[in-house]
Amino acid sequence: MSEFAFLYRGRDVDASPEQMQRSIEKWRAWFKELSEKGHIKDIGQPLEDAGKVVKGKQKTVTDGPFAEAKDVVAGFTLVEARNLDEAVELSKDCPILESGGSVEVRPIRALKM
Amino acid sequence: MVATLTRMFGVHNLALAEDIVQDAFCRALEVWKFRGVPENPSAWLMAVAKNRALDLLRRDRTVRTYEPELGRLLQSEWTLAPTVEELLTENAIEDEQLRMMFACCHPRLSEEAQVALILNILCGFSVWEIASAFVSSHAAIEKRISRAKKVLASSKKLFDTTDATACLSRLPAVHRALYLLFNEGYHSASPEAAVRDELCHEAMRLAALLLRRPLAATPATHALSALMCLNAARLPSRLSGSGELLSLFEQDRSLWDRQLIAEGLKLLELSAAGPELSEYHIEAAIASVHVMACSVEETDWGQIVSLYDQLMATHPSPVVALNRSVAIAQHQGPGRGLEEIRRIANADRLAGYPFYHAALGEFELQSGRNEIAREHFANALGLARNPVERKFFKQRMDACGNSARQGPSTGF
Repeated sequence: MSEFAFLYRGRDVDASPEQMQRSIEKWRAWFKELSEKGHIKDIGQPLEDAGKVVKGKQKTVTDGPFAEAKDVVAGFTLVEARNLDEAVELSKDCPILESGGSVEVRPIRALKM
Repeated sequence: MVATLTRMFGVHNLALAEDIVQDAFCRALEVWKFRGVPENPSAWLMAVAKNRALDLLRRDRTVRTYEPELGRLLQSEWTLAPTVEELLTENAIEDEQLRMMFACCHPRLSEEAQVALILNILCGFSVWEIASAFVSSHAAIEKRISRAKKVLASSKKLFDTTDATACLSRLPAVHRALYLLFNEGYHSASPEAAVRDELCHEAMRLAALLLRRPLAATPATHALSALMCLNAARLPSRLSGSGELLSLFEQDRSLWDRQLIAEGLKLLELSAAGPELSEYHIEAAIASVHVMACSVEETDWGQIVSLYDQLMATHPSPVVALNRSVAIAQHQGPGRGLEEIRRIANADRLAGYPFYHAALGEFELQSGRNEIAREHFANALGLARNPVERKFFKQRMDACGNSARQGPSTGF
């Protein structure tokens, strides 16, 4: 088994409380299913929209990131799958896709000394 | 609630789970003092406990639970709130209570410890309340409970109620614990009548939980529930207006709870499915003969005697033998009652039981031997465990004062 990161992008800004509620339920159901099948290394966390960005040698700090809603990283999960193809298949049930968002599937890199 | 929180935090964190519930109640008292009790108090408490649990789970994401699956779901914000939400739904709570009930009947714990644990964790009784119910010291009960909790914490996980073999093998212990709990309430030595009734109702509530699970709803479970209903039906009539203990013969039968009787009889019928004949079946049958009679005179004592014969054949004990001799006295006269009571094996175990002496007293009194009878009642008085019993035995002693024959007064 290899490890992959799922990076979720796309924030549904217009969601009503009921829609939020349903959305939370969908995410939970999806994670539960993945977990039961043994694919979850770490469910990960959702992220707040705005924070700070620290950049460069100067270590400049700015407020941000203020990207478009569809580009904001909404959260992450660490997943176990046999290969990238399987990981991609697993990501297809992610609720964020329904609201027009995206899942970036990236293998964990084994850093060699 | 404690049962559910224990699953979230792990049995070794039982104290944490209890703290959360305790916290919620304290908070409630504070707020309700000013704003009054809300329309749905249990929902309010639930919400407070849930939020507190969420805070704690967030603060310490490494809180270990027994199930890695559950632990994972509780560690991530993606799934934390909805998981806690789901665990606190009514059905889930019932599941947890059932697991806890089975867990409390751990084979390494004595029966008294099991009952004390159930009262403490599942019924929310404080150590004080349990000590008062069992007429024991606070220190003794506290020790018993804390030792029992250590045994619980040492088990790998809370009982798995979906494991049929494990379930069925521990069910007799659960039955026994609930039976003892009910009897504690029904025949309690505690002077607090309110506490006694509550114990009976808690036992009945927990038995009802068992009935809702196909795995646990065996004929014996039905029989046990039937027994509890039929006996509980008589609770309203056990004490007179002035708080005096009334025997079966003096009870106002119109006060018996007809609904409970009907429920008990229905459960008794359901318990007849299959070949199993537990002690609860027989005791329930005896109780049913009593409740179906309109009066002591119309009671089918012959049938009760033969039921006691059956009980003695399969589950003999000095107390059962004593009750049997009382039934025989009703059926065949006090002389026969005395014969039978003298034949009881291990009667020395009854020496400390006041109603043993009272039974002797009744038989002697009915046979016209007042002086001897009075002595027996005096012995009973000496062993009385609370003011209500003392008053009762004193009355019987006084009854020996008149030379006229008095009616029988044993049996409850």
